[in-house]
Amino acid sequence: MGKLSKVIASSIALLSTAVFSEYGLNMTEGVTSISHDIYDLHMMVFWVCVVIAAIVFGAMFYSVFAHRKSKGAVAAQFHESTKAEILWTLVPVVILVGMAIPASKTLIDLEDTSKAEMTVKVTGHQWKWQYDYPKEGISFISNLAKTSKDSVASDIDNLNNENYKTGATSVDNYLLEVDKRLVLPVDTSIRFLITSNDVIHNWWVLDFGVKQDANPGFINDAWAKVDKIGTYRGQCAELCGKDHGFMPIVVDVVSKADYAKWVEKEQASAAAAIASATQVWSKADLMSKGKKVYESNCAGCHKMDGSGMPPIFPAIKDSAIANGIASEHMTIVLHGKAGMPTFKMLGDADLASVITYERNAFGNTGSVVQPSDVKSAR
Amino acid sequence: MTTATASHDTHHGPEKGLMRWVKTTNHKDIGTLYLWFAFSMLLIGGALAMGIRMELLQPGLQLMEPQFFNQLTTMHGLIMVFGAIMPAFVGLGNWLIPMMVGAPDMALPRMNNWSFWILPFAGGLLLSTFFMEGGAPAFGWTFYAPLSTTFAPDSTDFFIFAVHLLGFSSIMGAINIIATVLNMRAPAMKLMDMPLFVWTWLITSFLLIGAMPVLAGAVTMMLTDRNFGTAFFDATGGGDPVMFQHIFWFFGHPEVYIMILPAFGVVSHIIPTFSRKPLFGYSSMVYATASIAFLSYIVWAHHMFLTGMPVAGELYFMYATMLIAVPTGVKVFNWISTMWRGSMTFETPMLWAISFVFLFTIGGFSGLMLGIAPADIQYHDTYFVVAHFHYVLVTGALWSIIAATFYWLPKWTGKMYNESLAKIHFWWAVISVNVLFFPQHFLGLAGMPRRIPDYSLQFADFNFISSIGGFAFGASFILFTYIVFDCIRNGKPATARPWEGAKGLEWTLAPKAQYHSFNTPPSRELIESESQHS
Repeated sequence: MGKLSKVIASSIALLSTAVFSEYGLNMTEGVTSISHDIYDLHMMVFWVCVVIAAIVFGAMFYSVFAHRKSKGAVAAQFHESTKAEILWTLVPVVILVGMAIPASKTLIDLEDTSKAEMTVKVTGHQWKWQYDYPKEGISFISNLAKTSKDSVASDIDNLNNENYKTGATSVDNYLLEVDKRLVLPVDTSIRFLITSNDVIHNWWVLDFGVKQDANPGFINDAWAKVDKIGTYRGQCAELCGKDHGFMPIVVDVVSKADYAKWVEKEQASAAAAIASATQVWSKADLMSKGKKVYESNCAGCHKMDGSGMPPIFPAIKDSAIANGIASEHMTIVLHGKAGMPTFKMLGDADLASVITYERNAFGNTGSVVQPSDVKSAR
Repeated sequence: MTTATASHDTHHGPEKGLMRWVKTTNHKDIGTLYLWFAFSMLLIGGALAMGIRMELLQPGLQLMEPQFFNQLTTMHGLIMVFGAIMPAFVGLGNWLIPMMVGAPDMALPRMNNWSFWILPFAGGLLLSTFFMEGGAPAFGWTFYAPLSTTFAPDSTDFFIFAVHLLGFSSIMGAINIIATVLNMRAPAMKLMDMPLFVWTWLITSFLLIGAMPVLAGAVTMMLTDRNFGTAFFDATGGGDPVMFQHIFWFFGHPEVYIMILPAFGVVSHIIPTFSRKPLFGYSSMVYATASIAFLSYIVWAHHMFLTGMPVAGELYFMYATMLIAVPTGVKVFNWISTMWRGSMTFETPMLWAISFVFLFTIGGFSGLMLGIAPADIQYHDTYFVVAHFHYVLVTGALWSIIAATFYWLPKWTGKMYNESLAKIHFWWAVISVNVLFFPQHFLGLAGMPRRIPDYSLQFADFNFISSIGGFAFGASFILFTYIVFDCIRNGKPATARPWEGAKGLEWTLAPKAQYHSFNTPPSRELIESESQHS
């Protein structure tokens, strides 16, 4: 009952503050032609339903009030009318055809990605998104932002602490912020190629009217042409395992000039990363970089202290692999094993440092792994 | 000779003690077992739902880790669908169908016993996964591969066997009902004389026989993918995870009609009774039921608009889905025409039936919206869907089961329940269920995905309201339980026909239907005078 009292106490606090004014009742109109069309369809069908409901429920409640025994109503005995049956079969058919025509038009339009001016590949991973700009040569991973991540981790650590109060309400854009945002140009037709590396995810940005399953082994497409500069947020929409609720999407839509600048900057830092991967790193550098990579990619399952969550997510602390031969350790991180996904999308330097970190943190005594080792192990 | 006769006579009453229930082949006993089993599963599934709503009461994680939350949503869905709703309808079918068609018992009484007694073991197997290493299945009741194959906990194999067992039980139940209706019906009763509950269950049985083996196939493929190196659903081995969804929903869509057609049947009994008028459009009701059943087999991929289907496929599934609105609409219009110019009273079963028509139709409207493929892009996998199917399954299927319980409880127990308490219970449930599920429409439209243990702050208000509604709705079952026990123990004696306008062969039996009924088939005159629709 301790947990229960915790919930009740904080609910009372929640009621008394009632700070959450930013709620919506209806679907957003969004910022793409598709999202506008979807919104219009939604409203059309909604109002048709409202009218039908008014007539049907109106008749029902009129009957309920007027035709009751307590008011002396005597039951009529009619029980058949072929005319009525035909009428209320045909009228709905006509209404449905009226809805199907605009719906078909929108559907055909949104499935046609052939007009795209640029392409972004979106890959779902448990539990983060990877974005690749194939033509521009840019690739990065987008994780839940550290502020939200820390709040969730602290909540989980304090599940049995009655006096603990969640910090979720004081985190900006709680669960809807990432460490690195997707950046897209405004007024440009963008094709998204959507796939997955492990289980099925779903890439959904409400304001774009884009929601598409990311299936492992298959590539789906969708498109959007955003007509307004701004920041747009979304979430994974297909149950993908324990952290399904913690892999948001944040898109910065910027002017074309700003986008060009961003591309330049990203390309420069990608080149720098490749250059650094050819150098020999000191153990201290590997460990400090490795700690960051570990915390954003590995700690979700293997825990900050490397204790894991056996039996599904094994411990790294004192593990035979982390203290054993480096090549076996690299193989598992690169190619995955059973429930463990591959991490080959990370750069050589990132992988070398995180593997080194795993082999030397938590009291482990494994060897140091250099970026060049990872490169040759790929 | 004398002793032989004596021992023969003892077979005519129920056995004493626990073994009565283990060995029984009597349709009434087995119906009772089914109903109590379903009710206990409803309470367990409801307790899991309370855990879900408790965690979602406010932002942040208060009670459980995300993985355990996923176990709760998964097991809540599985238990409610396979443990509560389906067995409850089989229980109603067992109790009522032989009496309604003037048969002495089900056609296959021993199999009937077996098909019930599989259930506790299947349910036990499923629930035992909570106590296994790695926890219960956590991949949603739809168990999409590869989350349910490569990435699933070890307990998934127990889940697979539980689904197999539940499938055996359902298929046997369906065969039994088909055989009873077609072979045991009173010779003087033509098919188009049958009450609608019998018709809807007959059609549902064919859905079960068609759909359950497909589910068995899907879980068997999962089993071999997990344990024997096949790759049906694994793209790296040449398989296709989307194929899983096709197979699942080829079962899954008929399944939703398995859970609602008998509900239509129940409501088609209650509304004419309390309107004191024959059911309007009996034959169109039968044809509409058959049309819905047929359509249910050809619309499955409307659950999969976002999987990357070709646009031609999406168009087809959108059109076929929209068509379902037509026969469903016919049913609603017929119920309202039955009420029209009737002489209505509002005893508890009628209250549940009228609120069924109202709330199920709201679920139908949101279903129509979801069927519009482009709009489904924004609704799919959000709380809008959660609201939709809870309106259909809770205020649809479950509502009809509760309505049926109050309607036929006098016939089952020979006693009347406490009408004023039952009315309080009704208003309590109908208000709280709307507080629970209606705000979920708003949450979904505002963009809250389903199956998440925690949410961003703009969803806090409606989740809070929804949870409060959930707790109140959950608590209403305490009162329901009390009303049922109170009826059994202290109820006033009922008459043979406790409802003034009730028609049907079951009301010609003793106030508490005798252990063996219709040992001789009813006459044509009786069948005609008890017909719902003349």
